[in-house]
Amino acid sequence: MDFYQQIFQYIITGLTIGAIYAIVAMGFNIIHNATGIVNFAQCEFISLGGMFMYSLVVLFKVNLIIAFFMSMAGVSLIGALIEIGPIRHARSKEIIILIFLTIGLSEVLRGAAQEVWGTDNVGVPAFSGETPIHLPGGAAIVPQHIWVFAITVVVMLMLRYFFKKTLMGKAMRATAVNRRAAALAGISVNRMVLFSFAFSGALGAVAGMIIAPISSTSYDTGIMLGLKGFAAAILGGYGNFAGAILGGIILGILESLGAGLISSQYKDAIAFFVLLLVLFLKPTGIMGYGESERV
Amino acid sequence: MLKHKDYLCFGILALVIVAIPLFVESKYYFIVLNVIGLNTLVVVGLNLLIGFAGQISLGHAAFYGLGSYFSGILTVNYGFPLWPAMLVGMLATGAVAYLIGYPSLKLRGHYLVMATLGFGIIINILMGELEQFTGGHDGLMGIPPLTIGGLAFDNDLKNFYLIWSFVFFFMLAARNLLNSRVGRALRAINGSEVAANSLGVNTADYKVKVFVLSAMFASISGSLYAHYITFISPSSYDFYYSIQVVTMVIVGGMGSLWGSLFGAGILTFMSEALHVAKQYHIIAHGIFLCLVLVFLPEGIMVGIYNFFLKRKTRKVIN
Repeated sequence: MDFYQQIFQYIITGLTIGAIYAIVAMGFNIIHNATGIVNFAQCEFISLGGMFMYSLVVLFKVNLIIAFFMSMAGVSLIGALIEIGPIRHARSKEIIILIFLTIGLSEVLRGAAQEVWGTDNVGVPAFSGETPIHLPGGAAIVPQHIWVFAITVVVMLMLRYFFKKTLMGKAMRATAVNRRAAALAGISVNRMVLFSFAFSGALGAVAGMIIAPISSTSYDTGIMLGLKGFAAAILGGYGNFAGAILGGIILGILESLGAGLISSQYKDAIAFFVLLLVLFLKPTGIMGYGESERV
Repeated sequence: MLKHKDYLCFGILALVIVAIPLFVESKYYFIVLNVIGLNTLVVVGLNLLIGFAGQISLGHAAFYGLGSYFSGILTVNYGFPLWPAMLVGMLATGAVAYLIGYPSLKLRGHYLVMATLGFGIIINILMGELEQFTGGHDGLMGIPPLTIGGLAFDNDLKNFYLIWSFVFFFMLAARNLLNSRVGRALRAINGSEVAANSLGVNTADYKVKVFVLSAMFASISGSLYAHYITFISPSSYDFYYSIQVVTMVIVGGMGSLWGSLFGAGILTFMSEALHVAKQYHIIAHGIFLCLVLVFLPEGIMVGIYNFFLKRKTRKVIN
């Protein structure tokens, strides 16, 4: 394989992983827009998605498509329970307290996952075989990568439709802009926050499930993926949906090129170094405006 | 300026520090106490940032680690004298913290979380990969113990006195700072950033300075750790350590100086006690953190104190 083919291959891998970061970043953004907090339990949503999928498909031999939707529903239920329980009943509503609370919740979920599944890495079968498809020019692409792209695009289109066209989506956007005004307009803010947690649970689960066949999964795979998804969200401009996609893809490609051309040991370091650079040069992210506060 | 109550509290702390070796004999307890002391140093610094500037850092393991590795590398590989190496570590860590804090603290929002988180992960990777300096994942061995004159701090008891003297003086310094104009400015920022700004407090500037200061506290603690244990490896400075110290701040009470000591004490002790059942460590840690945050967001000590205080006032009203 010559140099350009290799670069091409890295870019395909980068796009795949970037698509996953973008989905995770969306999950962070939805909760951020509804509540103003950073939900670190998002990392566990990813792990849980992968592990539910593993249990259903490998251990209980459930049909792949049914398993996909069951895991999604399961994790989104966990997301909702997190909101109904601790987040809603926290005695202090200060943002800093709630952020720490999500860190605590993420530890509880990770600890529980460790109890249930142990610490081993497990594999999940690819959605449609492992035979690579050869592209003109000599590069090859594994079917699972195509699945990742396709599912990401579908998820993005559905989210776009939901937020632009449906009443509930519009209500969620209104809540993001101004909670009090939304409440005055008759929107149940509590319910919107609940939905946002359920949604990001589902998004996290999707991310965890589609990457599981590519890199094996375990009770804590979500940490690095989640943190990089958060990085992608910040990179694109926190809270901005187009930014999340752009941030995810840039991060994915740079990481993959860095791992291929420089050193795979520094893969994670490169991703976060890019992030620090962006924070240094344009702290609001590529498409962000920064935050202003009314008094 | 110290107030009368502070003299009393610090007097008691000094007495306790001096008295502990009279009652404790087991080497194991000294190790636990020393780790509590080291964590307290980090937590006091971090609490200045979280409790007073209202900012989150998830990268304090990196600053702690920078202190350790500066001390370790300079003394082992380059034969630096011990105390100057510690000072260099502290200043370099402060400079790095300034570089990270300056751009991310100019804005409101969660930029510092991300910057510190990313920085922490990068530093942790570099510790493992820059083998020719750091010894890689196997760690760096043979770090000499600290000495003053002819006295070498080479056992647990001697290190107990050394570490806890540092804790004593740094807590004193923090209390002094909080009672000064700077402390009042920080409290104002925590109350309302906009109000503080309009009253002439340069909020961004104060936040960056507090962040740098808290990084330096962590660096000193890291240096002491390196010279005490004489062996350092990257696994002591990972993301979990950053979360652990943040938890200590919360459990002790954000913005409570004595709470820092309490939080570091109770959580260090808990993780030692759970050592036998290591797989339950994460979940126990998480449940503890959640319970405190949901029911006692002011921290255990302040929360219980307020609880009784409120009951008292209610009685008076009745």
